[in-house]
Amino acid sequence: MIGLTHYLAVSAALFVLGVFGIFLNRRNIIIILMSLELILLSVNINLVAFSAYLHQVHGQIFAMFVLTVAAGEAAVGLAILVIYFRNRGTVAVDQADLMKG
Amino acid sequence: MAAFAFYLFAGLLLTSGLMVITARNPVHSVLWLILAFFNAAGLFILLGAEFLAMLLIIVYVGAVAVLFLFVVMMLDIDFKALQRGALKNLPLGLAVSGVILAEVLLVASGWTAGQGVIVHEALAGPPAGMTNTQWIGSQLYTRYFFVFSMSGLILLAAMVGAIVLTHRRRVGNKRQDIGVQVARTPAGTLGVGKAPVGQGVEL
Repeated sequence: MIGLTHYLAVSAALFVLGVFGIFLNRRNIIIILMSLELILLSVNINLVAFSAYLHQVHGQIFAMFVLTVAAGEAAVGLAILVIYFRNRGTVAVDQADLMKG
Repeated sequence: MAAFAFYLFAGLLLTSGLMVITARNPVHSVLWLILAFFNAAGLFILLGAEFLAMLLIIVYVGAVAVLFLFVVMMLDIDFKALQRGALKNLPLGLAVSGVILAEVLLVASGWTAGQGVIVHEALAGPPAGMTNTQWIGSQLYTRYFFVFSMSGLILLAAMVGAIVLTHRRRVGNKRQDIGVQVARTPAGTLGVGKAPVGQGVEL
């Protein structure tokens, strides 16, 4: 019998994979963005699992909003990536110190 | 049967998630990401959230993953140089993700539902006479209408941001400038001169 904890375990594992991916590919911002997508996907699984096992629909609605934000974040992130590549000729973000912040 | 499907989808999801972050070629990473989204959609279907499963495929696979694919393929990026020294971060990454995993497991093992919240053992579909989509819509367009409108605003802002960031005016190609056209007057463009016979004019 598959219960709520099974889904939460999968979601936690996926979240940790996403965090690990950010560390593993610290220079490659494309993979970092994909890791962020994995993290948001794990959050969605969490929300939908709770929604299903609490017999309420609100979790699914919030998952839709997370989906919206993820789509917007991917679009803006990739746009920033494109102009960064145009200016520097590389996407290595460990040297992203143009603004000397 | 449901248990088998769960373990299949969950196993494939985690495997493809691992491949996303370890694949050498970013195009392969995007393809693994698409597989991960499909398996997550399978998990959603097992949970009875059919609408979100289809939304996941349409939005993530159809839009986000294809956007990633376009960017990876359009930019001429030297990925070999980016991978140099990647293993240097491995201990730190393992440490931080290990700590996060331990914390999540700690929280999950001690978690109990709050007062008045019942975590059911079995799944139940939407209320009688409703489909999953109708169920979501009945709440989304009534109780959550403000949040729904705001998410539309977020998408608008993201669209404007992406266009403003990537749009560039090319130098050297001739464009119509209506302001300049309308502001032209005869005084600025026409001149009447006398041309002496046999000498021509200099302009």
